[in-house]
Amino acid sequence: MSGQGTATAPPDVLTGGETGRRAGPARRRRPRPPTRDSGWWALMLLLPAAAGLAVFEIWPTFQTIYYSFTSWGAFGGHAWSGLENYRTLIADSDVFHAIVNTAIITAITLLAVPLSAVVAALLSLPGMRGVTIYRTLYFLPVVTLPAAVALTWKWLFNGDYGLINWLLSKIGIDGPHWLSDPATAIFAISIVGVWGSIGYNMVIFLSGIRGIPVDYYEAAELDGAGRLAQFFHVTVPLLTPSIFFVTVITVINSLQAFDLIYLMVGQQSPAIERTETLVYLFYQRGFAEHDGGYAAAIGVLLLIATLILTAAQFRLQKRWVHYG
Amino acid sequence: MADSMQLTARRGRRRFRPRHPIAHLVLCLGAIFMVGPFLWQLSTSLQTFGESVSVPPTFLPHSPQWSNVTTVFSALPFGRELMNTTVMTIARTVGQVLFSSLAGFAFARMRFRGNAVLFAIFLSVTMVPYQVFLLPQYQIMQGLGLLNTLTALFLPGMFSAFGTFLMRQFFRQIPMEIEEAARIDGANILQIFWRIMLPMSAPGMIALGVLVIIWSWNDLLWPLVVNSDPRQMPVSAGLASLQGQYTTNFPVLMAGSLLASLPVIIVFIVFQRHLMSGIAFSGVKG
Repeated sequence: MSGQGTATAPPDVLTGGETGRRAGPARRRRPRPPTRDSGWWALMLLLPAAAGLAVFEIWPTFQTIYYSFTSWGAFGGHAWSGLENYRTLIADSDVFHAIVNTAIITAITLLAVPLSAVVAALLSLPGMRGVTIYRTLYFLPVVTLPAAVALTWKWLFNGDYGLINWLLSKIGIDGPHWLSDPATAIFAISIVGVWGSIGYNMVIFLSGIRGIPVDYYEAAELDGAGRLAQFFHVTVPLLTPSIFFVTVITVINSLQAFDLIYLMVGQQSPAIERTETLVYLFYQRGFAEHDGGYAAAIGVLLLIATLILTAAQFRLQKRWVHYG
Repeated sequence: MADSMQLTARRGRRRFRPRHPIAHLVLCLGAIFMVGPFLWQLSTSLQTFGESVSVPPTFLPHSPQWSNVTTVFSALPFGRELMNTTVMTIARTVGQVLFSSLAGFAFARMRFRGNAVLFAIFLSVTMVPYQVFLLPQYQIMQGLGLLNTLTALFLPGMFSAFGTFLMRQFFRQIPMEIEEAARIDGANILQIFWRIMLPMSAPGMIALGVLVIIWSWNDLLWPLVVNSDPRQMPVSAGLASLQGQYTTNFPVLMAGSLLASLPVIIVFIVFQRHLMSGIAFSGVKG
C-alpha cells in the first residue's frame, strides 16, 4: 500500500527541506501579484468571463429567486403571488416523494464509497501491475454518455429478456420488471448510480492515498500490522477528507439525478412517483407543464439544499477529519 | 553497513515481486461489473431482433447485423445530430478554456482593486446548481430568437466560474521567479501571459478542456429544454427520441447508444492522464 507513496513523496520534504529553507530565510513564501498598475489589463482579461457569468448565471440566479414568488399564466405572463408557490411546495406529495427518493438513491449510491476505497487501496499496493488498465476500465462509466448508459441498463434490467433476470433465473429467482415495478425501480436506478460513481471516487481516493506519507505504513508494519490492519488504521483515517468530499458529491449528484430517471423510467411509468427527484420535478413543472413560478420554487429548494450540504461539508470537515 | 544495506535492498526488491493474486482476483471481478454493460451493449447492437429476445440470451450474434447501424441513421438525422454535438462541444470547450484562462490569470497574477471580492463572487457561483439558471437562460434564448438553433446549444455553456477557479489554481503554481525574470527582460503583461503562462499551464488547460468536452458531449437537460427540432438536437437528446420510436428494439437502441458514446470514450482514453489529474486536483483543492 506504500508503493505509490514512495514514488511520489519527494525525500527532501522530510529531511533536506529543513536545511534548504534555513539557507534562504529571506525568500518569499507566498507569491504576490507583481504589478500595481494592471487594473485596465485585469479588466480586459476578466471581462469575457465576468460578463458571460453575469448574464447567464448570476442574474438568472436572482431572477429564479424572484420567479419563485410569482405565478405564471398559460400564455407566458407572470404575476406576484407571494409565498403561494412555497405553500404548495410544502404540501406537494411529489416534492415529498422527491426528497424521500433522493435519500434512498443517496443511501444506496454511497455503497460505492467503501467499494471504491477498497479498489483504490488495492491499486496502490506496492508493485501492483496493470494499474492503468484497471483505472481506465473502472473510470469508463463516468465518461460515458448518460443517455447511452440509461438505455443500456434499461436493456439489462428488462423484465422479459434482460440479462439480469436471466442470471437471476439461473439461481432460481424470478426477477421482477425492475423499472416499471414501483417497488424495485429505485433500486435499479441506484445500482446504476453505484456503477457510475465508483470510478470518480476511485480517482479521488487514489490521489488521497498517494498523499499519505510512507512512514505511516512503515511504522504500522514495524508494529506488526498486516495489510488489512494498515487499511483500517492508516489508510481510512487519513483518507477521511477524501471520503468526506466524495460523500457530499454523491449527495449533490443524487439530488440532481435526472438523465437516468427521464430515460429509464419516464413520465408514463407507474414507478415515476417512486423514482422522481427534485431536478426531474423541476423539468416536468417548468418545461413540460410550463409552470415557471412553481419550477423556480423547486429550483430555490434545490439551491438551499446544495448550499446547506456545501456548508455542512466545510463545518464537519473541520470537526472529524484527520489531516495527515 | 554496506552489506546490510544491500540485504535490505534485496529484500525490498523481493517484497515487490509478489503479484497480489487475490487483489487481481477482486479487481477482475469488479472489472466484469464495470465493463459488462458495455460488452452487452456491443453484443446486442450486432444481433437480430430475434436473437436479442431469445431465451437463453444470445451472447455472440450469429452474424454481425450492421443493418442496426443503418436503421439508426434512417430513423434519426443521426449524422446531423452527431455534428450538432460536435459543434456544441467544441464551442463550449474553446469558450470555457479561453475565457477561464484569461480570467484565471488575472485573478492569480494581477493586483487590482476588487480582486478578492470578484473572486469571492466567482467562487459562490460555482456552488449554485446549474438547474437554477435554466428558466432565465431559456427566456434569454427565446428573447434573442435563438430557440432551436445550434447557437442556443452552446452559448450559455461557454463561461465557467469553476473553470476560472481551476485555471487560477494552475497559474498560482507557476513560480514567481520565472515571471520576474521575463519582466526584467522587458516583457509586458500580454507577452508574459502568451509566451510564458499559457505554455506552462498547458496541462491545466488540457485537463479543463477534457472535463468540458465530457460534460458538453453528455449534456441532456439543457438541449431538451432549448431545442425540440430533431435536426437541431445533439445526439444525447436524439437517443431519447430514438427510444420513443424503437421502444423494445434493443439492437437498434444499443447500436445508437454505442455510436453516440464512442467519440467521447476515445477522447477519454487519449487524454485520461490529464483528466484524472484534473479531477484529483479539483477534488483536493476544491
